Amino acid sequence: MDFGLSEEQEMLEATIRGFAENECPTTRLRELFDGGEGHDPALWEALVEMGVAGLIVPEDHGGAGLELLELALVAEVLGEFALPVPFLGHSLAVLGLRLAGSDAQQASLLPGLAAGEQIATVALQESGEGWTPRDWTVKADGDRISGEKTIVTHAALADRILVGLEGGQLAWVDAKGEGVGITPVDGVDRTRPFTTVTFNAAPAEILGGDAQTAQRLMDAASALLAADAFGAASKLIDLDVAYSLSREQFGQPIAQFQAVKHTIASLATDIEPTRALWWYAAYAFDHLPDEASRVASVAKAHITDRAMNAARQSVELHGGYGFTWECEVQMWFKRIMLDRSYLGTPDQHRERTADLGGY
Amino acid sequence: MDLEYSEEHEAFRESVRAFLEGWPLQGVEAALPIEEQEAIFRKRGIEAGFVYRKVPKRYGGSEQEDDAIKERIIQEEFYNAAAPRDLSTQGAGMLVPTLLEFGTEVQKERYIPPALTGEENWCQGYSEPGSGSDLASLQCQARLDGDEWVLNGQKIWTSSAQRAQMMFGLFRSEPDAKKHEGISYLLVPMDTPGLEVRPLREMSGGFEFNEVFFTDARIPAENIVASRGQGWQVSRATLVHERNLIGNPFMMREAFSDLLGLARSRMRNGRPAIEDPGIRRRIAEIEGYVQTNELSNMRQFTAAHRGEMAKVMRPMMMNKVFSTDTMQRIMRCAYDLLDGDGSLAPLEEEIETWGRTATATGWVLQYMFSLGPAIAGGATNIQRNIIAERGYGLPRDLRKTS
Repeated sequence: MDFGLSEEQEMLEATIRGFAENECPTTRLRELFDGGEGHDPALWEALVEMGVAGLIVPEDHGGAGLELLELALVAEVLGEFALPVPFLGHSLAVLGLRLAGSDAQQASLLPGLAAGEQIATVALQESGEGWTPRDWTVKADGDRISGEKTIVTHAALADRILVGLEGGQLAWVDAKGEGVGITPVDGVDRTRPFTTVTFNAAPAEILGGDAQTAQRLMDAASALLAADAFGAASKLIDLDVAYSLSREQFGQPIAQFQAVKHTIASLATDIEPTRALWWYAAYAFDHLPDEASRVASVAKAHITDRAMNAARQSVELHGGYGFTWECEVQMWFKRIMLDRSYLGTPDQHRERTADLGGY
Repeated sequence: MDLEYSEEHEAFRESVRAFLEGWPLQGVEAALPIEEQEAIFRKRGIEAGFVYRKVPKRYGGSEQEDDAIKERIIQEEFYNAAAPRDLSTQGAGMLVPTLLEFGTEVQKERYIPPALTGEENWCQGYSEPGSGSDLASLQCQARLDGDEWVLNGQKIWTSSAQRAQMMFGLFRSEPDAKKHEGISYLLVPMDTPGLEVRPLREMSGGFEFNEVFFTDARIPAENIVASRGQGWQVSRATLVHERNLIGNPFMMREAFSDLLGLARSRMRNGRPAIEDPGIRRRIAEIEGYVQTNELSNMRQFTAAHRGEMAKVMRPMMMNKVFSTDTMQRIMRCAYDLLDGDGSLAPLEEEIETWGRTATATGWVLQYMFSLGPAIAGGATNIQRNIIAERGYGLPRDLRKTS
């Protein structure tokens, strides 16, 4: 019975954190944020070098053969530094292949993804209420697919797209290929730009999969988004602490006032204990099949919701400056906005929690 | 990370379960008053090594090696079996660890065994009318006169003083020393002439806490723990033990299940309230807190087991506020489900049994009781100071020093 990280897991976290600290400090992040690309090839290549692209790819396909918990640990750190890299879509596409691809499909596709030769992303969410696999409407006709997906992160950059089809089947599409239309959308989170993607009889490799497989993929996404939001909220608390110590009013740092201290203490109390919640959700994905789906929804709802609250409070703590474009708080605020609204809002995940819990 | 228990721990769990077959008591013993039954079973628990694991055998404990996983297993199994374990009284919970750390051999032998069995009840004399969160400003006086301390002044919010035979308390013994250095930790028999207990009525209707008045009350000079003027340090050290105790998440899960039960039994728009989407979302939101609390506890148990407590200092500091807050969320939701019944006064028998009944009035009482933990043992706002200052390096409050 051990509910803690292994030395290797702590090392992984520390390595990614050290890298992000050095290579993407806030000044660099700001350039990328304002630049509008939402991507820095050098950052992604370095992460690929470190094995991040193939973390959950089996070793015989060129990956590290690790589990969702390791991916979530990386997601936490990427959230903490709001790193503009196509990690989320790429990781979920890899997972989708593993869940639904045949042995032959995995053997042919995974090595290139693990090596970072291709960047992949996922097209899951549809417009309106279309957040669950039940709501997916993209149709396959033989080996061609048609329909529309939204919030496809880093699609402009991607070589391949994993697409969720009606009924929960998954398909593998060449992002630059025939019948694939990519329309940029102006999203809030400039560290993970997204697009709407239309498929017009686009050639696709149909993977296997059913509603259950698709739900597995959604559960993994929930855990990763929760970890990202946790990292981002933790960063905001650090920013709140630093700002309140440096900003002076009435002749003293505002950190001296209990109104400020208690706000920060309350935000921290909201966020820090939830580290155990996303750990568990990620661990459950690979080890506790009976609980995994439900706790993924609990984590997604609870953590992204509390993180959003922490972000709002952080803006207030920074006063007028907090409401400016210049203030760094907004970058994490918007990172959390995407974590919260993508693939099911807290309300939607709570309804699911209630349904699955037999309320 | 591996949530499977090791073979050793699985075997241990089996041994705990086998032991718990003995509860409730059977036959002649089952006819005894419940307090006696609990005492009998607790004694067996000590012999089996499941109760008072940190207390040496010579003082009546079971002196087991420190194992956080076993501790958790025992906690869980005893809780599920509703079996009596370590008393959570002021005596067993606070005085005993204090004496183990600071007491003389004579004090340990005299006071620890009856505190563990509950044969001798203790109350805690800390707060005074003018000294709450700023406890170190306390003024209750102890003056050494020959071989006796002479006590004068008043304590307040003294829980269970009416049932206690003894009090451990803080008294100002060195009036000329600095605020924190003039306090001594004394052990006071409650039948000392000049000591008077007056009950206070709580908003819930019960009479659990009291005022205690001292008028030239004399106790033996040896009834001091550690030296003169060290009382503050002694009480802080115990408080650290208290706060380091990882909370019991099972009680919260039970309250949450009760809330679900309540939502099934109450109605909304002619249907069970549990079918109302707003209620479902609200309860699911609360479950997010409940599950976070359980898992954060589990993380701390592992850290304790690995000897890595430094890694969980922050979540540990947050336990009290987090669990208090979550219990209050549960009770507020329950209260909202009561509709007009939420205005009913609790029944006398519920007040006496601390109200853990599924009736509307039982919930009203729980709704009020859930405020207590936010005040007792370090008010929530004081906890927030601790989190901000010690957890996140924010400056201490400005305060006048004397």
